[in-house]
Amino acid sequence: MALLEIKDLTQRFGGLIAVNDFSVTMEGRELNALIGPNGAGKTTVFNLVSGFYQPTTGSITINGVDTRGMKPHQVTSLGVARTFQNIRLWNDMTVLDNIRVSQHYRLGYSLADALLRTRRYADREAAIERTAMELLEFMGMKDLANEFPPNLSYGIQRKVEIARALSTKPKLLLLDEPAAGLPSTDVVELIKLIEWIHKEFDLAIWMIEHQMTVVMSLCQWIKVIDFGATIAEGTPEDIRNNPTVIKAYLGDEAI
Amino acid sequence: MGNRITVPAALCALLFLMVAMPHVGLLGQYGVTFLCTMGIYIILSASLNLVNGYMGEFSCGHAGFMAVGAYTSSVAGVFLFVPDQVFGQPWLPMALTPFAFPIILAAGFIAAALAGLVVAVPSFKTRGDYLAVITLAASYIIKSAIENVEAVGGPRGFAGMGKIVQGMDSMAPIPWMLVWIFLGVTFTIWILRRFVYSTYGKGVMAIHQDEVAAEIMSVNTNKMKLIAFMLSSGLAGLAGGLYAYLISFVNPASFTILRSTECLVMVYLGGMGSLSGSVLSAIVFAILLEFLKPLEQLKWVAIPLLLILLMQFRPEGIMGNRELSDVFPKLKRFYRFK
Repeated sequence: MALLEIKDLTQRFGGLIAVNDFSVTMEGRELNALIGPNGAGKTTVFNLVSGFYQPTTGSITINGVDTRGMKPHQVTSLGVARTFQNIRLWNDMTVLDNIRVSQHYRLGYSLADALLRTRRYADREAAIERTAMELLEFMGMKDLANEFPPNLSYGIQRKVEIARALSTKPKLLLLDEPAAGLPSTDVVELIKLIEWIHKEFDLAIWMIEHQMTVVMSLCQWIKVIDFGATIAEGTPEDIRNNPTVIKAYLGDEAI
Repeated sequence: MGNRITVPAALCALLFLMVAMPHVGLLGQYGVTFLCTMGIYIILSASLNLVNGYMGEFSCGHAGFMAVGAYTSSVAGVFLFVPDQVFGQPWLPMALTPFAFPIILAAGFIAAALAGLVVAVPSFKTRGDYLAVITLAASYIIKSAIENVEAVGGPRGFAGMGKIVQGMDSMAPIPWMLVWIFLGVTFTIWILRRFVYSTYGKGVMAIHQDEVAAEIMSVNTNKMKLIAFMLSSGLAGLAGGLYAYLISFVNPASFTILRSTECLVMVYLGGMGSLSGSVLSAIVFAILLEFLKPLEQLKWVAIPLLLILLMQFRPEGIMGNRELSDVFPKLKRFYRFK
């Protein structure tokens, strides 16, 4: 069974066709990219997959479950996590709390447990905190557990946001422009980080990215869209030499 | 773990003092009523803080939910214990009042929590200013509805609760209302503290700080909003029930926008997202009201003026979003705020 199967997905906003007849299949464990010029509909695809929009037509299936009608938090519990183009951490919560709250769908206790402070509450809270600390330690951010996100550098905030996404134990991680706004030295770090995550966490990664160094050095399969329609797909090598892509996305000159 | 019992011990000592002091003439009727009012203010400000402070929505209809609780508790009490023109002969002997009173208050809590649905359900799709208008409308709906129910006296109001308090007094001569309000305050702080310090309840803060991120990080935002609004309005209903029995009379005019504004003032005075701030601000506010009493209507010039000055010079309120234990870390030895 495919991890993610998108079939003939179309999304209209009034008269605008944001995504047109889009199909994709991910078996699991891939590291793929979705690229295209500004306004091509890339983020719309991610918003559809994560349940923010309901598709006009077409279907999205995650591990065999059709996500039509599901709320984003339900889709997340199926094993899809994402980050945002502009970092969206909870800024008045510590890094540790950010990661604890992200385990909301598998807290394993009810409101009554929380109010009565039952044994189950104590056990589960301890487990949640332990999981969060382990994740932070694994990602080398243990020291930052009690920091508030605004006090961290942009690059570190990105990393925290990725850690927060990972804390939902995803099978599919959607990264929406992870390199946006990062200085070039941090981009090198980011490439290493994504590679490492792909290796260490048993998951598939699908990213939107404008920086070709990131896409070309990481991804196995690239899909290019323009005005909502797929214009090309293939390996980095294919895409690099595809004249349609060069024309639509990279301009008339070769890279 | 000696520190675990510090807070319960202090609460018991306080309760003992409250019962004992009027007996030996240290606390007169005036003092008892003042403390009772203060307690009701604490419940109101702490409960509104859950929605306005922790969840970051702007509810300005708290008085409406207070009214639902006040009327439900009043009617339930009178129905059970007092002969009444509309509700007929009492069902239970007066001797049971001290035992039935928590149930009467619980009825007010539940009714107000259900009334909270009127605001909670629209909050799924609406937020900010628009939701604020809905909360205002909800409180007016409640007030107008009560004004039109002749069985509870319509605009004239509803009485008879005094007999129940007298009934309790005849069982044991202690300041019953002060005891009930003290227990109500303790319950409110207890339930809110446990809620907002659990990872479960922190979902509410995630909604405040970034609702999109909350939803995507697996927080069921609709459910959390439902819980927050219902808990907040339920506690307002509890405050309403206690208020009704404290002054033995309820009328719709007690639950106007002015009452909601008082609640808002306390939340912003104390600091949004700070329970200890809410408690402190309610105490300060009750004292202020008492001191400014000689000014009569002019106090409603003085108090908003103070609010303007506060917003000018300390917009985050007394505590900001911190707790007492953040300001004085030594307090952590006496209780765990987790």
